[in-house]
Order: sequence, then C-alpha cells, then structure tokens
Amino acid sequence: MTITEKIIARHSGKESVVPGEFVECSVDLVLANDITGPLAINEFEKAGAKKVFDPDKIVLIPDHFTPCKDIQSAELVKKLRNFARKHRVRFYEIGKVGIEHALLPEEGLTRPGDFIVGADSHTCTYGAVGAFSTGMGSTDIASAMITGKVWIKVPSSIKFIYKGKKNKYVGGKDLILYTIGKIGVDGANYKSMEFTGETIRDLPMDDRFTICNMAIEAGAKNGIIEPDDITLLYFEEKGIFHPDIIKSDEDTFYEDIIEIDVSDIMPQVSAPHLPSNSKNVDEYENVKIDQVVIGSCTNGRITDLRRAASILNGHTIHPEVRCIIIPATQKIYQQALKEGLIDIFLTAGCVISPPTCGPCLGGHMGVLGEGETAIATTNRNFIGRMGHPKSYVYLSNPEVAAASAIKGKITHPDKI
Amino acid sequence: MIKGRVWKFGDNINTDDIIAARYLNTTDEKQLASHCMETIIQDFANKIQKGDIIVAGENFGCGSSREHAPISIKGCGISVVIAKSFARIFLRNSINIGLPVIELSEADNIEQGDVLEIDFENGMIKNLTKNTSYRFSKYPEFLQDIIKNGGLIQWVKARYIK
Ligand code: SF4
Repeated sequence: MTITEKIIARHSGKESVVPGEFVECSVDLVLANDITGPLAINEFEKAGAKKVFDPDKIVLIPDHFTPCKDIQSAELVKKLRNFARKHRVRFYEIGKVGIEHALLPEEGLTRPGDFIVGADSHTCTYGAVGAFSTGMGSTDIASAMITGKVWIKVPSSIKFIYKGKKNKYVGGKDLILYTIGKIGVDGANYKSMEFTGETIRDLPMDDRFTICNMAIEAGAKNGIIEPDDITLLYFEEKGIFHPDIIKSDEDTFYEDIIEIDVSDIMPQVSAPHLPSNSKNVDEYENVKIDQVVIGSCTNGRITDLRRAASILNGHTIHPEVRCIIIPATQKIYQQALKEGLIDIFLTAGCVISPPTCGPCLGGHMGVLGEGETAIATTNRNFIGRMGHPKSYVYLSNPEVAAASAIKGKITHPDKI
Repeated sequence: MIKGRVWKFGDNINTDDIIAARYLNTTDEKQLASHCMETIIQDFANKIQKGDIIVAGENFGCGSSREHAPISIKGCGISVVIAKSFARIFLRNSINIGLPVIELSEADNIEQGDVLEIDFENGMIKNLTKNTSYRFSKYPEFLQDIIKNGGLIQWVKARYIK
C-alpha cells in the first residue's frame, strides 16, 4: 500500500484498502474557519446534535475576514466564538490566530499518520508532515463534528519523483507551479499526489508545506510527503518525539509515476486565470504590476519572509507599486521582527498586515480595482480572486514577487 | 423526473466563478443565490427559470471548498448540474446538500437552450430539442443511501442521533 492507503486503512479499522473503495474513517482533527464554520454550525444544529464527538479534536479558526472587515463578518466570527465556548472546542482569538494552514502545524496539532479533515480546500497542506489531510464542505464537517467520522473514496496515487539540482531562486512554489503546469488543474482530480525523490528529501519543511498546499490546484484529494529526518527534527523542536512514521511499500502500485528533473526548472510565474498557466519568469517579464502580495497559507512562513527580505534588503518599492507583506501567524510575525526582516520591509516601503487571508481571496487588506494587476505568492489566480472581476493575478515565489515590487514589473530576482 | 432548459458553460468553472469570495460574509441562501455565476453571466439568477439546468465541461466546481457554491446554485432554482467531470469537493458538497449532479461524457453534445428531461430512476437524459438521449451511470450504493436519506445531515441524524 501507499502511505495514503495505509493511513486510510488504519483509520477505517481495516487491514488494507484498495483505490475506489468507499470507507468510513475516524478523524484525528476537524477544522473550519470563519467562512465555512458558520454553515457547519447551522447544519450541526439542524441535525439536532447536542454535543461534539471530542472537543480537543475540533479547531475553529477565524482567519479569512479577520480582524473583522465588516458587520457581517463580525457576526460570522461571533457565531464561531459562541459555538466554541459552548462546546469547549479549540478557538483562536485575534491576537493568537494565524492562517489556519500555517497555524495548525506550528501548534503541533497536525502529526504524521493523522487523518485530518477541514472545511477548507487547502487542508491538504498537512500532507507535508506525512498526514492524510483533505478539504471538504461544511456539511461534511458538521457530520464529522458530530460523529468523529467521514466517508471517503480511497484515492489512487500518482508518484512524483523530483531529481537533480535546483537552480538559484527555485523553491517549493516553483516545483509545484511547474508540476501543475505539466499535469493541468484537473491532472490529479480525486487522486493522491505523493511527492518523492532526492530533491524533496533536501527541502526544508516550509517548502514542503508550500508543495502540499497546492495539490488541490491540480484537483487532488491530498498531497503527501513521507516523513524523514527533517520531519522528525521539525517535531523534536516542538517537543514531540517519536511520531507515528508511515511509509509507502517499495513495490506498491501507483496509477502513474512522473519523473521531473528539477535542473530544468527556473523560477515560475502562473498567468491569469489558472494556476496551470505556469512558465519561466522570463516569459512574463515586462508585465507591469500595481500590487505585490507576499503571504498566504502557501508562502507566508518565515522561510518565505526571509527570502523576500533577502531581495528587498537595501532597495525601495517602485513608486507605482503597493507591496503588502502578511506574516501567516503571530509567531512568524514575531520571528520576522526579531530577525530584522520587518525593518527591511518597512524601510523598503512595504506595508505589514496582521496575519489574515485578506487579499488572497479578495476579502480585505488589499483588494484590486478594475484593470489592476498583482503578483502574489498566493495559490489561485481565478477571475476576480483578489478583487474586481477585471483584475489580474500572477502567482510566483517570494523572491520573484519581491524583485517585481522593486522594478514595478515582473522580474527575475537575478536582475536585482 | 426533472425537465428544464439548459445553460451551457465551459471547462474548469471554479467556485469563485460560481460565487465570488466577496459575497461569503453571509450564509443566507437567497443572498448567495442572487450572485450565482454573475462573473460569467451578468444577472444570471434573474435570467433563469426555476428548474433550469446547468451543463458544463470538465472539472466543474474546482477551487475552494465553499459549500456556498452548490447552495447558491440550488438556491437560485437550478434543478441539476450536468458536467463532463466534477471537482471532488464540489461533488461531495452537492450530494451532501441534495443538489443532483450528473457526470456525462456526452455533455459536449448538449447546447445552450436545449430542453432536457431527466429520469434518475433509469439513468436517462432525453434531449427534447435534439430528439436524442444519453445514459448516465447511477451513484454507488453508498452515496445512493445518503441521497435517499435526503442528504448527509439527515443520514447522520438517522444513524447517530437518538
Ligand atoms: S490564505 Fe488564501 S488560500 Fe489560504 S486559507 Fe486563506 S484564503 Fe484560503
């Protein structure tokens, strides 16, 4: 069996499972946010449920429209907060909250071998620690909060093997944008993407989170990376020793095996309006931009801020560009402050937002007007994603975004 | 039996197309319905008649996990969504909230304005405009059980809540 099949088997009380089979799994963690949580609470109440299956295994995170942008979003967060108090489930208040997919791993709540479901499509991020995790809708989550279980069709797996030496300024974001460009936005629909190979083994955890985060952008049910020494060290630093390490059998069946030589990959940029429109950054050079966003559950971690700062250090933002930096969690913010990164950003002329999803989904804190163009380290460039239906989002890694902020147009970091 | 007029869409219709994130500060079905598909067809919710059918290409409903997407489609009166393929979270959500969805490889043969008649019992779609018909496969038993119960919450209620 693959790592994904093994985790599903364990959580469904079976010796083994095969792709295509429907099983009911017990869950280790259930997640919802300020957009999806209120709907789940409505359904929870409609079902007439009186209590949740296990308060410790439920997390409600108000991260999308917070600090609340208007009365309606304040009402949504209030609903989450009241439910959390009543049922004593985990809730992160403003001042503690961060973007869910950065916050939960940071808190040590997502562990290798876990089965995690969340009412947010980027729940697949936690595959980076070797967990099975997948996004679902609010009704699924309501049902999971009541029963501690979800139904699932066992996905078949595609194995991606990354080999070769990375070029300068190529990170997790470039590997995944390149991969999605290769297989398309439905290239892994319903399937599991297993990321393997010597290049992955060398990647720090933050890059692994970025890769698994965007598995959904190829339609995948989950993305996953086998735990290794880097994973173990990550957990040791959190005081978590001997996590449950599960690996794929060497001779197991994969629906497809795709080998990628990373020495071919240059920093990538995805043009509007699909993440699969990815090409080498050079191909989009000279696209003028109005705004840069460095943040999100894809690239708002400390490694990302360090990389952006390394480019911005000693430079100033182009006079016709706004550059918005969003540390994904309070801890990341604090760390960036300690390391002097925030100072570099402020000196360059960036604005720093509190941890929030904000502009990533066109919510607040940097929404685009008609005809405006942004380059962002986020994960989606759909029509209207960051604001006006006639606005344009290019996706990239933090270094490319930072270099573009300095030049006022999409730029290879080498040119700074 | 469902009968309705077709609204045709292309490939990769994503959840931001179906309902943009700026409208997600509510869970109200009517408000969500009023903005359904407006990025692609202005004023869609007012142009359609109750019972109308959405027909689309590959990967319908890709993107976010927002259940607001099928809720807004159902809320504005669309009776069923037919597509060559669906993104998996959208498919789950639709089944869970009781919006019928049909995977049909021949969806390309159906055009804007065609009138369809759908027989779920027998897995049959009649195209009354073109005078042809298409077969579709039924859901696996597990899902039929959820559908028969009227959605996931009713299913959970029947099984878990005394
Ligand atoms: S940062 Fe963007 S993609 Fe990530 S959870 Fe928030 S809205 Fe979704």
